[in-house]
Amino acid sequence: MRVIQFREAIREAMNEEMRRDENVFLMGEEVAEYNGAYKVSQGMLDEFGPNRVYDTPIAELGFAGLGVGAGMNGLRPIIEFMTFNFSLVAIDQIINSSAKMLAMSGGQYSVPIVFRGPTGSAGQLGATHSSNFENWFANTPGLKVVVPSTPYDAKGLLKASIRDNDPVIFMESEMMYNDKGEVPEGEYLLPIGVADIKRKGKDVTIISFGKAMKIALEAAEELAKDGIEAEVIDLRTVRPIDYATCLESVKKTNRCVVVEEANPLAAISSELTYHIQRNAFDYLDAPVIRVNSMDIPLSFSAPYIEATLPNVKRTLEAVKQVMYKK
Amino acid sequence: MAKKSTATKSKVKYSKETYTFWYESMLLMRRFEEKAGQLYGQQKIRGFCHLYIGQEACASGAITALTKDDKWITAYRDHAHPLGLGTDPGAIMAELFGKATGTTKGKGGSMHIFDKERNFMGGHGIVGAQVPMGLGIGFAEKYKGTKNLCICHMGDGAVRQGAVHEAFNLAMLYKTPVIFVIENNGYAMGTSVKRSSNVEELYTIGEAYDMPAFAVDGMNVEDIHEAVAEAAERARKGDGPTLLEFRTYRYKGHSMSDPQKYRTREEVEEYKGRDPLEQVKKTILDNDILTQDELTEIDKKVKKQVEDAVKFAEESPWPDGQDAFKDVYLQEDYPFVME
Repeated sequence: MRVIQFREAIREAMNEEMRRDENVFLMGEEVAEYNGAYKVSQGMLDEFGPNRVYDTPIAELGFAGLGVGAGMNGLRPIIEFMTFNFSLVAIDQIINSSAKMLAMSGGQYSVPIVFRGPTGSAGQLGATHSSNFENWFANTPGLKVVVPSTPYDAKGLLKASIRDNDPVIFMESEMMYNDKGEVPEGEYLLPIGVADIKRKGKDVTIISFGKAMKIALEAAEELAKDGIEAEVIDLRTVRPIDYATCLESVKKTNRCVVVEEANPLAAISSELTYHIQRNAFDYLDAPVIRVNSMDIPLSFSAPYIEATLPNVKRTLEAVKQVMYKK
Repeated sequence: MAKKSTATKSKVKYSKETYTFWYESMLLMRRFEEKAGQLYGQQKIRGFCHLYIGQEACASGAITALTKDDKWITAYRDHAHPLGLGTDPGAIMAELFGKATGTTKGKGGSMHIFDKERNFMGGHGIVGAQVPMGLGIGFAEKYKGTKNLCICHMGDGAVRQGAVHEAFNLAMLYKTPVIFVIENNGYAMGTSVKRSSNVEELYTIGEAYDMPAFAVDGMNVEDIHEAVAEAAERARKGDGPTLLEFRTYRYKGHSMSDPQKYRTREEVEEYKGRDPLEQVKKTILDNDILTQDELTEIDKKVKKQVEDAVKFAEESPWPDGQDAFKDVYLQEDYPFVME
């Protein structure tokens, strides 16, 4: 099968949907003439012209709100944040406007919008450019939150997100844009809200999503060397969450570790742990353990990062703990 | 007034239908709001309730200057605009009560009235948030190639929000067909313009973005119509947005719980002397546009409309609490977290 980069998969999804539906447009900082801060939108201005691909000033609140209004009035905006770290200045429009519009208007006005861009850390960028917001947005009724980990998932899920009639937060990573993976030539869509078992196993369940999936899969590879078969579940979507797939796996393995880049309090890992204890209590042979970023901002220097972010070592320790192995 | 619309003034400039509409719609807004205030006192209406009394010309004069395909968006002082646009007063009153027959089935409440059939796109509760949205609504009209525009009302308090300034700049960059209207009633809740803005001539903020910007007598419905008609022409020609500052006044407090210690009785009385409804009534009678008997007929009709609206709201059923799960997503089988 054809192999392409993560950024190319995202671009293909946008190109295909923009060719299919003229109400879809792309707007964001540097998306047009600069061809994207991370070259995700490369060539799109050339193909679609300035009436479909819009550069904006650095005014996230303004252009996010523009997108919400355009969505209410019949268009399907794709609003790119250079990173979701900058979405905080636009969060009123995302939460108070886009997520609540349908309910608040008694079903009269929907907002079929996609807010997309990278989330989380991306090297030594300092605290303001290194936060994860997946759990923040997942906490908001009215939104859907998609966090893919592979080019294949990214393309199918982004196409589904653009066609979705509800507002979708679609989160990528600067550190995944170069990743390569198999993506078929033909059109396909993937359903929002369905997890994917990325590796089969029977001894322990590791649940993760987005960039942290790399840690989960690398840990599983290491564990296999010791004869431990980890089942690795990629949530792909954190609102809604596919609890059923997680529970089914945990009922089989009886042990679970959650790997997530966000800070720990009120994280997706907390949510999963609640559901697993609530619905699979009798199946558990050990408490669920999570591997999150430490409960601190992400500082600049490499040793701080090493001490803060989740990694393979901490994941292996967590797995050994739930398996009562030294 | 620092800067005026350019058209010249004469005594009777508009049709009998227009004057009749102004009188009748402004009277309906006033009587409706007076009744809402009473019902709030009786605790039939709960939550927040922001009355429009005194500001009626700002909605009514704009309505006659636009077409039915133009789009409307405003802040939370939002009962009057849909009343003028023809939304059933019963549905609005039922919404204030929280009844199932309300404009949004009791989901939005006083601050979030919507009427898609009449292109009234809300009633928004966060100060200034409707301004980028209004920009986007106008953006969509241009994108689709229509000649329609969006009129976006905001209060004087909103002008100090960053969202508004970002929207002004974007509207000029994209030459978006939007009319931004500041309903300057002098007070952001209890804080006067003087105490919250270094620039007191609010329309001049538009000039910072090279946006055509004008101050208009917000108590005079003809002036408002004229200014909006000019702005609409500009937008439909593709010349982009206009900022209009309507200098108006609210006779009641910011909301129902406001003791109004920040202003004097004399100030309120002064504005009442320039009452928009009395002004249009005088023009109508002085120029024999309608007779006193015809005005009395309108008074009776409006009185009955408001009585019927209250009766409708009183007699309407409460919503089923479980219906709160509807309209959160368009996806019909969305799996909510239930425990």
